[in-house]
Amino acid sequence: MLEISNLTHTYGSGPGSHHALGGVDLSVAEGELVCIVGPSGCGKSTLLRSVAGLLRPGGGEVLFNGAPVAGTPKDLAVVFQDYSRSLFPWMSVADNVSLPLRRKGLDRPRREEAALEALTQVGLEEAGAKYPWQLSGGMQQRVAIARALAYRPALLLMDEPFGSVDAQTREDLEDLTLRVRGHHAMTILLITHDIDESVYVGDRVVVLSGAPATVVGDLRVDLPEPREQIATREHPGFVRLRAEVGRLVRGPRPAAQHPTPETV
Amino acid sequence: MNPAKPPSKRPGWLWPVPVALAGWELATRAAGDLSFPPPTTIFSRMREMWLSGPADRLWLTDAALTDIPASVGRLLAGWALAGLVGTTLGIALGRSPLLSRFLGPLVHFARAVPPPLLLPFFMALFAIGARMQINVILFGVVWPILINSAEGARHVDPLHLETAAAFGLSRGQRLLRVVLPSALPKVFAGLRLSLSLALILMVISELVGSVDGIGFQLLDAQRSYDLPGVWGTIVLLGLLGCAFNAAFLAAERRILSWHRAANQTT
Ligand SMILES: Nc1ncnc2c1ncn2[C@@H]1O[C@H](COP(=O)(O)OP(=O)(O)OP(=O)(O)O)[C@@H](O)[C@H]1O
Ligand SMILES: [Mg+2]
Repeated sequence: MLEISNLTHTYGSGPGSHHALGGVDLSVAEGELVCIVGPSGCGKSTLLRSVAGLLRPGGGEVLFNGAPVAGTPKDLAVVFQDYSRSLFPWMSVADNVSLPLRRKGLDRPRREEAALEALTQVGLEEAGAKYPWQLSGGMQQRVAIARALAYRPALLLMDEPFGSVDAQTREDLEDLTLRVRGHHAMTILLITHDIDESVYVGDRVVVLSGAPATVVGDLRVDLPEPREQIATREHPGFVRLRAEVGRLVRGPRPAAQHPTPETV
Repeated sequence: MNPAKPPSKRPGWLWPVPVALAGWELATRAAGDLSFPPPTTIFSRMREMWLSGPADRLWLTDAALTDIPASVGRLLAGWALAGLVGTTLGIALGRSPLLSRFLGPLVHFARAVPPPLLLPFFMALFAIGARMQINVILFGVVWPILINSAEGARHVDPLHLETAAAFGLSRGQRLLRVVLPSALPKVFAGLRLSLSLALILMVISELVGSVDGIGFQLLDAQRSYDLPGVWGTIVLLGLLGCAFNAAFLAAERRILSWHRAANQTT
């Protein structure tokens, strides 16, 4: 579905330049939910923007369904990290959610229906007529998620999508992501800084190093399905994986006597 | 949610008007200069000119029913056309660096030409009449709208454009639903500037090339040494300007409510 090979990118040039991606290799199979974790500022959003075709990477290749990404691929939706700025303040919440559906050729009632359904999924069925700026940050984030879900993309890119919601809502949204993926055969690339979350929702957890980012770990999550917030998190496999990812994210810094686990 | 209104928005803000009128009345009566008639004389002349008609026409006189609508119609026609042309071209200029580079200097030159200088040119081009006046207004007031729209279209939030691109909005949808609304606050700033400019150009164009309208009436009064009439026409123009501005602000408040509110909360 998605083949990323030797992706590099440098922002700017000369002394002020920043080498963000240092050769990222990653392949994602159809229907997989891959979580990407890595230290802050390492280049996670840069990677995602290259996949979405919003940024032309300096080098390397992104293949989406076998074709190189040039411009934004069809059938792709993004939940941006800066969710509040990605909503249009001049449109109601329902219009924000249903706007992309025009491209799918749905007529107005069907668009409204799909928007209401997606808003209901994120618990905002009452907010459709409001404007984004009338909602709290966490609610705006859920609108951005609803917009992506309503679109039913083949590939869903989410950049720290649950960053500013409370713990309870966060768990609900994690479970919603898992449900939606099951129903609509979506492939999902989810960026998070929360290691527990990456292990809980992911089929795979990909760990990036600090800048310039490369893949330092790619762990398959073999936990019993369906995932359940309490049971999964106390599963011995979960605890082990969480520790593993944690060590990879922290990098080969402190304990020089321990060999750093490169592969699993 | 509703912070204290600025002093000028409170209902009591009209009190300086009667005070000024009283002062004006006293000063002009004391001076007794025929060129400066007291306001009471001006107002009674205004009533005579525009509000002394038959009751079944709401007391409007022939002059009120022909001159004022003729002027206002030309003003609004020129201004609306300028709005259409200015917004369209401005957004094209704002979105296309190439177009902006080629046409930008031309626009700034055209804007720098004082609009009344267009008159001789348009009088030569068109016969005297509505067509010439509407064109003068159009070409005189289009620039602030064009330049402001271009500015607004240039500074669309990049993340809004990326969102539009990521969700595959078509070119038309991107323009109509993302770029235009983003630029709208700026477009309105330009439209407002242009509206007051349009009033000025309306009068000037009627002073030199017209057989009806408020400007023509002003000229007529001046030629017949009807000074209260001259003053009355000036007062009428002032009132018209205030009315247009108030109507415009009301429309802007409605259409850009999201803009004011969104900027208050963030
Ligand atoms: N437009 C840009 N111009 C210059 N440098 C940039 C630009 N965008 C990002 N960077 C730099 O590239 C690096 C990676 O940025 P990126 O946003 O991809 O990080 P991230 O992993 O998503 O971080 P976070 O976890 O904080 O979201 C950062 O150090 C950032 O300063
Ligand atoms: Mg980021």
